[in-house]
Amino acid sequence: MDYFKLDIDQLHQALVNGELTAADLTAQTLEGIRAIDPQIDAFLTLNPNAQAQAKAVDAAGVDRAKPLAGIPVAIKDNIVTKDLTTTAASKMLENFVPIYDATVVEKLAQAGAINVGKVNMDEFAMGSSTENSAFKVTKNAWDHTRVPGGSSGGSAAAVATGQVLVALGTDTGGSIRQPAAFNGIVGFKPTYGRVSRWGLIAFGSSLDAIGTLSRSVKDSAYVMNVIAGHDEKDATTADTPVPDFTAKIGQSLQGMKIALPKEYLGDGVDPQVADQIKAAAEQFKALGATVATVSLPHTKYAVPAYYIIASSEASSNLQRFDGIRYGFRAKDVKNLSDVYVRSRSEGFGPEVKRRIMLGTFSLSAGFYDAYFKKAAQVRTLITDDFNQIFADYDLIMGPTTPTVAFKIGEKVTDPLTMYMNDILTIPVNLAGLPAASIPAGFVDGMPVGLQLIGKHFDEATIYQAADAFEAQNDYLDQIPGGAH
Amino acid sequence: MISKESVAHVAELARLSFSEAELQQYTAQMDDILNMFEQLEAVDTTNVAPTTQSIHLQNVMRADEAVNETKTEDLFKNVPTYKGTLIQVPAIIDKEED
Amino acid sequence: MNFETTIGLEVHVELKTQSKMFSPSPVSYGAAPNTMTNVIDWGFPGVLPSINKGAYSYGIMVALALHAKIAEFTHFDRKNYFYPDNPKAYQITQAEQPLATDGWVEIEVDGKKKKIGIAELHVEEDAGKNQHEADGYSYVDLNRQGTPLVEIVSKPDIASPEEAYQYLEQLRQIVQFTGASDVKMEEGSMRVDTNLSVSPIGSDKWGTKTEIKNLNSFNHVRDGLAYEQKRQQAVLRAGGLIRQETRRWDVDKKETILMRVKEGADDYRYFPEPDLPPVHVTQEWIKDVQASLPEAPAQRRARYVNEWGIPEYDAGVLTQTLEMANFFEAAVAAGADAKQASNWLMGEVSGYLNAEHLELKDVALTPAHLAAMINLIQDGTISSKIAKKVFQEIIKNDTDPKAWVEQKGLVQLSDPAKLTPIITEILDNNQQSIDDFKAGKDRAIGFLVGNIMKQTRGKANPKVVNQILMTEIKKR
Repeated sequence: MDYFKLDIDQLHQALVNGELTAADLTAQTLEGIRAIDPQIDAFLTLNPNAQAQAKAVDAAGVDRAKPLAGIPVAIKDNIVTKDLTTTAASKMLENFVPIYDATVVEKLAQAGAINVGKVNMDEFAMGSSTENSAFKVTKNAWDHTRVPGGSSGGSAAAVATGQVLVALGTDTGGSIRQPAAFNGIVGFKPTYGRVSRWGLIAFGSSLDAIGTLSRSVKDSAYVMNVIAGHDEKDATTADTPVPDFTAKIGQSLQGMKIALPKEYLGDGVDPQVADQIKAAAEQFKALGATVATVSLPHTKYAVPAYYIIASSEASSNLQRFDGIRYGFRAKDVKNLSDVYVRSRSEGFGPEVKRRIMLGTFSLSAGFYDAYFKKAAQVRTLITDDFNQIFADYDLIMGPTTPTVAFKIGEKVTDPLTMYMNDILTIPVNLAGLPAASIPAGFVDGMPVGLQLIGKHFDEATIYQAADAFEAQNDYLDQIPGGAH
Repeated sequence: MISKESVAHVAELARLSFSEAELQQYTAQMDDILNMFEQLEAVDTTNVAPTTQSIHLQNVMRADEAVNETKTEDLFKNVPTYKGTLIQVPAIIDKEED
Repeated sequence: MNFETTIGLEVHVELKTQSKMFSPSPVSYGAAPNTMTNVIDWGFPGVLPSINKGAYSYGIMVALALHAKIAEFTHFDRKNYFYPDNPKAYQITQAEQPLATDGWVEIEVDGKKKKIGIAELHVEEDAGKNQHEADGYSYVDLNRQGTPLVEIVSKPDIASPEEAYQYLEQLRQIVQFTGASDVKMEEGSMRVDTNLSVSPIGSDKWGTKTEIKNLNSFNHVRDGLAYEQKRQQAVLRAGGLIRQETRRWDVDKKETILMRVKEGADDYRYFPEPDLPPVHVTQEWIKDVQASLPEAPAQRRARYVNEWGIPEYDAGVLTQTLEMANFFEAAVAAGADAKQASNWLMGEVSGYLNAEHLELKDVALTPAHLAAMINLIQDGTISSKIAKKVFQEIIKNDTDPKAWVEQKGLVQLSDPAKLTPIITEILDNNQQSIDDFKAGKDRAIGFLVGNIMKQTRGKANPKVVNQILMTEIKKR
């Protein structure tokens, strides 16, 4: 199955017409994974029931109204799947078999999508390179000596190397958009509260969002149509009606107002990356949109605010991993304290421990006001910055990352530099906004991502602009050399 | 400058233990990162309300109706050690805590 | 040196909901371990809480019954600590902005009334239970995990163990009458944590507090506090210092025993719960709860006294439990004379329950049967002596008193046409007694009545017998 030449529309048509069966599609997809993945290391677990699920879809008949019926999908390994090992790429959950499905997994199954397997990530989604996985180092689709980004590095690499058309990822501070940018594909992070987090192993609860990684913009919208919506199991999902996310695809960008914050092209952003973004701005103008330079003055405070808030929430969320009810328990424990301290110290990797430490510190007696509370106040100011821009503009554009993908091992020993790398994606999570990263050219043979940020619950406008931009370019036709 | 003792205290709160070498490394790294955090001191947040949730929902509640559909045996599938339907842990020495 | 005592009480009350505070699992008591749990209660990876509106409404109800001010805007917070019965390693509670503040309870000690302030009430989830066994392991049962609780924190207004006892008694009564909780210490639906400090009278500083745990009844609270009060005074008199410590009440030795010394404050790292949107308690919501709030015990007592002429003391006894008060009112509603119903409940019924160690719900007696029996006495169908027999029957069995006395032939003989021949026959055979009576010896009547009762096997209506007897004697 050559996923570089196909999209969901085409596959769906073939399935509906009976030119292809879901079982064949799944079999070919698994064959492709077995052939390609040994060089990429994107998958952690293949779903032994994928074939059976595909046969069930065939038996029921591919429903014309269900574009995902029979379409293979990969799932990031921090999203729980009933009876299928879910590790969050941590030794802590190496043998953990969930007893329930995440809401998104349930919805995909109802839509007829086939879960072919679970993909690699930074442990508990903490990282920007997937090097923090306890199990394997996933490679960048375009250069196997480079990182695929993270934390959804497995999702991005699996899609970018043509193993699957779409994968679910999660985005707490850029974890969908940054790996999408690094691998030259589309990453979509919806508005906070648009997609249920039930079954997502929590990292930063007020920031976490489940979204998609795909080759094309429209394929992302198809998946979003299925996974979005209020869920009574997640009190933070909004009861807002879910539109058809493909509805505005194909509409003209005439009169669309796009803002380009000067901070997003400032210090630390590779000038060659900035040039690609400026070129993208010209393309949008050519498509009928206006692009104006604006300012988001609190941008530089986003990194500290984010790392305090995300780590604080993580320190609390990860306390449940105590070796008692599930997950890793250290050997030869003599007392309760051993169960806790040794299971956690041996079960968590160094970055996870670092975040737990930072978060525990930020919430601890005497430091709460100066750290957690201060960060939450700065979060308000960052959100206010966005609100002011969105009073006058439809979208905000900028680069997704300051640089293209870096080398494996290059930053892993320097957490601070790694954190600073997230400066362009983090503000979106703090404000809970929807955003996409779409391919916008190459620097030194490595893909550059263009970030499009929308208003709360206005994902459809992002899809409209992203699809128009995609149609103007031939990035979909460019295939990573490393893949073949 | 965060001290090694403070880092050790935080580790205790988080139920983590570090070797001496790890402790030194974590102290140095945390010191760098905390310095970065302290950039926030430069921001005037007088009368700024904290944001702890980005979408402003309220009163998302469910009706008081009981559901008991989970099989107890399923819940025990991942438990390292148990007896009957009780989860087993090494003896709790300090028997009272709230 | 003379001392004054300051006592603080933290009372946890389990709310009587169907489902848990943040999970739809059933609230239960006594079920097989972990059978009333789900993935939320276990804190599985990926689960999320959801707020039980019914539980929050019960919280508002308790707050209203305690005259507290309800917070309009509030949210939940996480309290972080590791313990096997705390599966998420955080408890969802309200720390920054509790459900309500500034309530009070009125108590009476030695005839003096005093208001005890309530600092705050907050809603939270209960923990599971750890069992410690002799095999060197502890065992965790999460059935209780997530049960809705209201924690009620007193102001430092309680000055003696007796006041503490009265406060708890009133608190229990008030909460029970709302119907929001069973408030049973023995089942753990009411739990009390105490702290006590003493300081020299006139001192502007409070003494160091000690906490006492394992107080399983109000009597234990009173005894434990009294012991601790004396112990602290003795330490201070001897020139010693009180340490901040947690002590345990030993029921057998009747003393508090040191469990552990507290070093510094616990660091619970509270922060707002990101998984739950804030709660906005509207005036409308409060009004709805207010409308469903049952009458408080104090109001009921006043009504019993003013409307039904029940003595104040009796009204107090009748309102000690909601069950008793409801039973009493139902009996009156079923047609019983209020005073008679009160007398029976306080006398025979309470006597029976105490002797048998039972509660009203455990016996067969219904308000309708009690009312029916009282009416049988009042309309002369049965004598009060027979009534005791009837009572023994209806408290044990679901028996209609009227049908039963008829079936057993216990109905009083009140018909003069039946009684007169019996009486005249006895008079005919006892001329001496008639003479004695006429000579002023009233006791002679007793002899005659006794004979009549013997003849009728106790069923003759004494009133009617008396009337006929007098008329017949006059005729002679």
